[in-house]
Amino acid sequence: MTARSEKSGALPRQWLWLLALIVAIALPWVFYDWGHHRQSGFVISMLSQMGMMAIFALSYNMLMGGAGLLSFGHAIFFGLGGYSAIHILNGAKAGTFPIPVELVPLAAGFAGLGFAAVFGYMATRQRATAFAMITLGMGELMTVAAMMFHNFFGGEGGVTTDRMIDFSLFGLSYASGLQVYYLIVAWTVLSIIGMAFLTGTPLGRMANACRDNHERAQFMGYDPKTVRFLQFALSGFFAGIGGGLFALTYEIVTFDAVAAPLSANALLMAYIGGSTVFAGPIVGAVLITLLQSGLSLLSNAWLVYVGVLFIAMVMFAPTGITGIIQAHSPIARTGRMRRLVVPYLRLVVPGLAVIVGVVGMVELLSFLTIGAAQGKTLVLFGRTIDVNTTAPWIVAAVCLFGGGVWLRVEGRAFHRVWETLTAELKVSAP
Amino acid sequence: MEVFLVSALNGLVYGMLLFMLSSGLTLIFSMMGVLNFAHASIYMVGAYLAYETSRFLGFWPALIVAPVICGLIGAAIEIWGLRRVHHNGHIAELLFTFGLAFIIERAVQMTWGMIPVPYRVPELLDFPLFTMYGLQFPAYRGFMLLISAGMLVAIWLLLTRTRIGLIIQASLTHPQMVSALGHDVPRVFTTVFAGGCALAGLAGVIGGNYQTTEPSMAYAMGPIVFVVVVFGGLGSLAGCFIASIIMGMVQTFAVVVDGSLGDLLRPIGIALSSDNFLGELLTIPLARIGPLLPFVMMILMLLFRPRGLLGTRDT
Amino acid sequence: MNAIELRDVKKNFGPTAIIRGVTLDVVSGERHAIIGPNGAGKTTLFNLISGRFPITSGSIALNGTRIDALPPHRINRLGLSRSFQITSIFHRLSVFENIRCSLLWSRGYRYSFWSPLARQRRLNEDAEQLLEELNLSSRRDLVAGLLSYAEQRALEIGITIAGGAGVILLDEPTAGMSHSETEYAVSLIRRMTAGRTLVMVEHDMRVVFDLADTISVLVYGQVIASGPPATIRASAAVQEAYLGAVAA
Repeated sequence: MTARSEKSGALPRQWLWLLALIVAIALPWVFYDWGHHRQSGFVISMLSQMGMMAIFALSYNMLMGGAGLLSFGHAIFFGLGGYSAIHILNGAKAGTFPIPVELVPLAAGFAGLGFAAVFGYMATRQRATAFAMITLGMGELMTVAAMMFHNFFGGEGGVTTDRMIDFSLFGLSYASGLQVYYLIVAWTVLSIIGMAFLTGTPLGRMANACRDNHERAQFMGYDPKTVRFLQFALSGFFAGIGGGLFALTYEIVTFDAVAAPLSANALLMAYIGGSTVFAGPIVGAVLITLLQSGLSLLSNAWLVYVGVLFIAMVMFAPTGITGIIQAHSPIARTGRMRRLVVPYLRLVVPGLAVIVGVVGMVELLSFLTIGAAQGKTLVLFGRTIDVNTTAPWIVAAVCLFGGGVWLRVEGRAFHRVWETLTAELKVSAP
Repeated sequence: MEVFLVSALNGLVYGMLLFMLSSGLTLIFSMMGVLNFAHASIYMVGAYLAYETSRFLGFWPALIVAPVICGLIGAAIEIWGLRRVHHNGHIAELLFTFGLAFIIERAVQMTWGMIPVPYRVPELLDFPLFTMYGLQFPAYRGFMLLISAGMLVAIWLLLTRTRIGLIIQASLTHPQMVSALGHDVPRVFTTVFAGGCALAGLAGVIGGNYQTTEPSMAYAMGPIVFVVVVFGGLGSLAGCFIASIIMGMVQTFAVVVDGSLGDLLRPIGIALSSDNFLGELLTIPLARIGPLLPFVMMILMLLFRPRGLLGTRDT
Repeated sequence: MNAIELRDVKKNFGPTAIIRGVTLDVVSGERHAIIGPNGAGKTTLFNLISGRFPITSGSIALNGTRIDALPPHRINRLGLSRSFQITSIFHRLSVFENIRCSLLWSRGYRYSFWSPLARQRRLNEDAEQLLEELNLSSRRDLVAGLLSYAEQRALEIGITIAGGAGVILLDEPTAGMSHSETEYAVSLIRRMTAGRTLVMVEHDMRVVFDLADTISVLVYGQVIASGPPATIRASAAVQEAYLGAVAA
């Protein structure tokens, strides 16, 4: 995470967080279903997912953005936290393990911490590609194990529980999704505070240092292996909290919770949101969940769009969405934003053309192979389209390639303006 | 005894298939430092292309068509994608190929659907080659062995007898030096990447009807291929070969072993039940743990000898 | 007890012998320069002493303790710190963060994940002071990767010395610097290594003869001469090594 000035800029940032919290609390009431006198179940479900994924993605970024460690098995600790939570809840129900519902995520977090310490002890002996491969292997191992063994994992069917265990710190029953959502919000806030705090500690900073230059860190007295190990274990703690919330929400945990697609999800969210800014993964989690819940209803091929977005970011915007926003802050602070308005406007039309082209081609192709068999008609941008005529294909192709060429030209012009601004800032810096 | 021989043969066939798939990846990884997540995806594309080609032109043309198209795809990926991302570092390259694998899998799913396609062994080869201990050994498997052995010889000849092969060999272990000597390394990279993809495509042609051709086949084969590459070691095709055969054998033999670790304890009088977790762990038949073994082996290798069996550089 | 003692240290890379038996003493508190033609193995020697590479045979001792089998962070904790020929800083952290990180271990913070750094007054004050001495206060919040070359070299020296190690190894500290930058760097080094042992690899002879109490000459992996500057300047062996043949 880039070095931010510790003096200026802190105040407006805190207001932003407060605003986000207020929005998170208020949103279920905004989508109130007046006909049935309750909040929209769909919205609550999506918001709950966002909360869990935000914690998960943030914990992942402790490794990727914070320590320079690319893990392909982070879901292990999310899932193991979930499995542990299920067993804890069942134990609470049976009376052998009295614990209030509100503290179950904390217990799941400790489970995640323990497992991460065990796995991490092995994985963090290496770094870079070897580390990534070890975590990949571990992830596969855990997935197969979770499908096979019945005592802890319940085999392919998973394990289930009932979260209404009659023991709550606030006297709540957690029967409604709304109550669970607010519990998620509370734990998300606590996790954010916890992980933000960690970034400002010696371990957090040395993790950054080891990410930048592990040899240099050694010559400052630090063993990079120990730094990696501790960072790994702590990231497992927060992943476990996420898993515990997952268990509470869905009351079932299966091998999907430890599997590679979920680990990949964490990577996507943290990267697209931005791994160099603390809040990046949160933005990524919100965006990906929105795409998952919303876009999937609109198109069969929504995952292709996520993949295209991801690749576009890897190629053109490796700092992610928040990284791009942050890159603008020195320009905004010195009042130079005005000079970007026209360049940005000139990007809009070609950009839209490219998007229309991509969406068009993908949807046309998808319809040709899947949609037609499903007997649906293709409706794009409000118009019904006959796939068998050449017109839509030509339009899509022109938008894609023509728009692409035009975008490249405008992109270069934009880049020139950006470079000029950056150069000016360097000269005028103290 | 019968079981041993039959399993050994099957293990060899599977191992050679693995080698065809992982040799390309080893070349790419060793030379360019890129762990190509999309490699198994190209394998899948090769299988699907072979299926389509065999529908219109027959199986034999597919042996040429599919690898060529996969090679072209590989070249396109390298020139327009990887090269751009290269200056962002290895992690960016890895993420790029990761995103690519993602998209290819979805695209394949969209185009051909989720159900396996009926890509079948050609009739010409669909007969038993010989019978051993009552079990038939399909001629197609012999064909697979033939193709993979032929490809092995071809690669060996290419690398040791041609000029480009020498450059590739040098770039495997000392990429920067080769560049410093004035060779057009980007062009070598593109060639190797395209070649690796063509190999993966060829593997897909012959492997697609040996296994089932479905969208999840990339996800099924991918991790094993990584295990082979890492286990065999960076910069070493020989290591890759040995690792492929080992992994092929391990997976094939594990399936036929009926016992479990718990069985070893029974003679001493310890009977384990599968009621608790530890008991379950030890009584599970080895046949079911089979899929796990390669990963355990890879992790152990990475922990104790990160450069793999015959690797020349650290992973 | 000498600060550093090398006894017949040899180092092979594969079949190539780079260091062919070096025996050297660095007296505590002295300023010791190691000079020699390119390829003599000076940086390799530093890498061996600081634990970056293992030695093939021989022994290296720091203040009497054997260090040749220890990993770099252990050697650093025993009181030896080094700089790098190619600037090696934390390029994504701010200048201030770079300095502060270099202070952490010696101030006892270890791997703490419970103390917020912003609240450590003494630590922050010392870091600010060090920045002041390095003349980098105006660059405090700048990302270190954006510093000018000379500023990065100054930072490099700063983070090497900050931890309070008693033995400092500087690898070509003035490489690539202009005359005035070099003068500034020399006065900086003199100030900051006062009272400590300094071992320096240098090519700039003015710097060497300005700073060094003792000079050792390394040629083809062996020390061919070692002594006070006047002796080295007059040595025929040294002249031959540098110039090819002794002028009549």
